[in-house]
Amino acid sequence: MKKLQSTSDMEKLRKELLQKRDSSKSCISICSGTGCHAYGSEKVVSAFENELKKQKLEGKVEIKRTGCHGFCEKGPIVVIYPEEICYLQVKIEDVTDIVSQTIKAGKIIDRLLYTDLKTGKKVVHESEIPFYKNQTRLIFGNNRKIESKNIDDYIALDGYNALGKALSEMTPEKVLGEVKKANLRGRGGGGFPAGRKWGSVRNAPGEPKYVIVNCDEGDPGAYMDRSLMEGNPHSVIEGLIIGAYAIGSHEGYVYVRQEYPLAVENTELAIKQAEEYGLLGKDILGSGFDFTIKIHRGAGAFVSGESSALMSAIEGKVGEPRPKYTHTSEKGLWDKPTCLNNVETWANVPFIINKGADWFRNMGTENSKGTKIFSLVGNVNNTGLVEVPMGITLREIIYDIGGGIPNGKKFKAVQTGGPSGGCIPESQLDIPVDFDELGKVGSMMGSGGMIVMDEDTCMVDIARYFVKFLSQESCGKCTPCREGLRHMLRILNDITSGKADEEDIELLEELCEVVKDASLCALGQTAPNPVLSTLKYFRDEYEAHLQGECPAKVCKELIQYYIDPEKCKGCGLCLEKCPTGAISGEKKGVYTVDVEKCIKCGACFEVCNFDAVSKISSKECK
Amino acid sequence: MKNISLTIDGNEVKAKEGMTVLQAAKTAGIEIPTLCNHEDLEPYGACRLCTVEVVKNNRVRLVAACCYPVEEGLIVKTSSERVNKIRKIILELLLPLAPTGPLYALAEKYGLCECVKKSDEESEWRMIKESRFPAEKPTYCTLCGLCVRYCAEIKKGNVIGFVGRGVDRKVSLVPEENCGFCRDCENICEGGKFFSLLEL
Repeated sequence: MKKLQSTSDMEKLRKELLQKRDSSKSCISICSGTGCHAYGSEKVVSAFENELKKQKLEGKVEIKRTGCHGFCEKGPIVVIYPEEICYLQVKIEDVTDIVSQTIKAGKIIDRLLYTDLKTGKKVVHESEIPFYKNQTRLIFGNNRKIESKNIDDYIALDGYNALGKALSEMTPEKVLGEVKKANLRGRGGGGFPAGRKWGSVRNAPGEPKYVIVNCDEGDPGAYMDRSLMEGNPHSVIEGLIIGAYAIGSHEGYVYVRQEYPLAVENTELAIKQAEEYGLLGKDILGSGFDFTIKIHRGAGAFVSGESSALMSAIEGKVGEPRPKYTHTSEKGLWDKPTCLNNVETWANVPFIINKGADWFRNMGTENSKGTKIFSLVGNVNNTGLVEVPMGITLREIIYDIGGGIPNGKKFKAVQTGGPSGGCIPESQLDIPVDFDELGKVGSMMGSGGMIVMDEDTCMVDIARYFVKFLSQESCGKCTPCREGLRHMLRILNDITSGKADEEDIELLEELCEVVKDASLCALGQTAPNPVLSTLKYFRDEYEAHLQGECPAKVCKELIQYYIDPEKCKGCGLCLEKCPTGAISGEKKGVYTVDVEKCIKCGACFEVCNFDAVSKISSKECK
Repeated sequence: MKNISLTIDGNEVKAKEGMTVLQAAKTAGIEIPTLCNHEDLEPYGACRLCTVEVVKNNRVRLVAACCYPVEEGLIVKTSSERVNKIRKIILELLLPLAPTGPLYALAEKYGLCECVKKSDEESEWRMIKESRFPAEKPTYCTLCGLCVRYCAEIKKGNVIGFVGRGVDRKVSLVPEENCGFCRDCENICEGGKFFSLLEL
């Protein structure tokens, strides 16, 4: 690679790259995000490579391993260009057909297409699938067009254009002004205006100044930062360099968790490639601006996502939060002015510089501009990563994009904002999703986790799950968070096992208040949210548990398994699967459950083909 | 250093820039309870007993007095109803874990326990109402970290440290480090009893 000395060098390179590309040439693009990877996309790639060889198409058809497309429910995803034919859940066995029929003969294979849930019609093009059609994929859109390990793909799609523009046409003040005007708010959870933070760091006394990418995403079920860092690392790096230029920083860090091996690998490679092109290092694009990036791998603590804990971790200390009465923008990493933003926040920056603050401000609500990526998971038909403009309603996300609740079940709640967020009931589904509105209903935007729950979910059990998660992930430094969570969990355990009374709920509420008010960092301050929001909207479920009943029949201590003799066909499958020998009976006869031996694992319930096994309230039995 | 004037519990207090609210209160003779603060050590902000209310730009916040720097015009309330409730719960949470003299003495001020005379020489602490937060067994440690930080900051020893995370956090000697047996960690420990269990 030749070092680019100026923006015109980069323009020249981009032209050359585009000229070399033949848009009519067939390209098989295969999603290689972590989700599809787990489904075996790498084996599908090898199968395509072999098949192209076999059918003598080597060199005539391009194969691309792209970043995450987002429709993870249906992986591995294969898109054939230029026609944009989208095949879902592609297996190795499908590869021969795809090459001989679609690539060679231009025929579409119906069985691999998406079937519309409402109309039953087949959908050929990726962008016409309702899951994608109802999104605004600004930040995430390029993921599927780019080979994640290839900087040229990013440059060909106008990548690093914003950096060139900032360095050659704009002063740092002007860049800062544009980001301020765009009112870009931090996507990591807090929603603090990025421009204001940048300004504080820029004006804070002390050198050097640092900039940091926070890729320590750790919310259960959330993986948007991971997918962006894996799929399009250059977009984050470009944003970071532009930010550093505006702030006057020459050293940056990417804090990425060790558990994200592909993100670590692709980021390392992206930094190396950017250095080779002279987009990182000394005198970037001949502007005189120097900037380098180091990667710091996190050792897997949820609390390290908290900015001061993250900085302690980079310093080589235990990742524990410290009081931030003096902001990290004044005294951060090694007590120097530091600007930390989340992956998605940085990835927004090139768009703002390329298209301008006014364009950016056109999307979203009054105080929340632009788009937000959510990880839509749980009891929803279309699981995956979705990017939507701020202000869209929760209902649109869950029903229009997510395709509603599977198996004809009823919606119960959606949990947003990760473990520190809250559970939002049906009655609030029409609120616009933005930083402020989610806060008003007792939840938060957080980094963008969105867990949909159906009627079979016990809300007390959900609160207990999150409190348990947090009690293990709390660093344990401050008393309210450590001891408060310990006892909140104990009380919730008592409630879900029917051992609690009204006084315990009052004590739980009292504790929540103190943990929220007195904890050192945001982990503790927001930890009561799952409890407070479920108490607010689903108090009847708590009350039912006090009476010894779990309305959703989830809490093991309050239910028993029962085999309906009318429905039991005597097949014996339940007896076979029961791990504790709790089921007895004769073939063709009727089977029964011995409640003394039953450990309530639910294996019989899962395997019965005749709906003969049911969960009943323990109270009913007595 | 700049002089700063702030209001603590309705009294005008003069302080120097760089002081914490806790230090400023102390100079004015206003006592704020704390477990983890020590004048020779860096502010730590862990026990949260020193939580106070501060009012700035008409916004009320709860902050740890041991870490919060004084500011011109700051209004501090060290024993509002909200603050006292927090302290009571924190003490109630800690007492079953560390039923020690200094903690009882603090708890007495918040009406949680009383000192009962058994004879002329002997007296004992008694809870007025049992804590609602029972502990499996007392550890005699509030995890205030005085021992850990004294060893690290003053003795530059790092012989004693925290292990475990969240509810599993505890103080432990680091076996591969060489302990000079100065026993300062033991002496700085308010409870005392913890170190007899640790077998230095």
